[in-house]
Amino acid sequence: MAQNDDIRYLNPVNVEVKKKKYCRFKKAGIKYVDYKDAEFLKKFLNEQGKILPRRITGTSLKFQKKVSQAVKRARHLALLPYVTDLMK
Amino acid sequence: MLKQYETVFIATPVLSDVQMKEAVAKYTGLITDNGGKIVCQEDWGLKKLAYPIQKKTTGFYTLIEFQAEPEFIAKFETQFKRDERILRFQTVSMDKHAIAYAERRRAKLSGATQPAEAPAEAPAAE
Repeated sequence: MAQNDDIRYLNPVNVEVKKKKYCRFKKAGIKYVDYKDAEFLKKFLNEQGKILPRRITGTSLKFQKKVSQAVKRARHLALLPYVTDLMK
Repeated sequence: MLKQYETVFIATPVLSDVQMKEAVAKYTGLITDNGGKIVCQEDWGLKKLAYPIQKKTTGFYTLIEFQAEPEFIAKFETQFKRDERILRFQTVSMDKHAIAYAERRRAKLSGATQPAEAPAEAPAAE
């Protein structure tokens, strides 16, 4: 049984430092998510144009609903694509 | 009781400027005739669509913010449905946060030296 110190890691194991996620809407005091502003909404979409989940963006439930509502409205008005590749 | 709404609609790029203005005037006129009040009206001009609508890739975007009777909205939207010059339309009711945001956005747009089409990069920030 290899002792602990015998184990040599080829590269240092990078433990992901746990960054405290926060809801950017509460912090910035934003009350309304505008569906007309595509640039701002793009921060919440991934490359395929899909809405990022809360566990990635860290937004609170109340604002995640507002963001998804705004994104769906923007998609209806062709300000944002429904599906695309390498959007950013 | 007058509620506040905002409508964004896309007109076909095939229209000439005159027809474009006349289409917009038709809808603004419709609102004022039925006891509504136009708060603000913006033309975003010819913009590229994120995906083709009815085989067209660009469209004339127009935003109208207005106050109207709730019953009027159904009539207003049937007008849009019937008008074949309009590719797509969307009417949204505005709560107090939306109204406050819209005023701030207008102040920023008129305040900005060059009339930036898209609002500044942190538009929704309080």
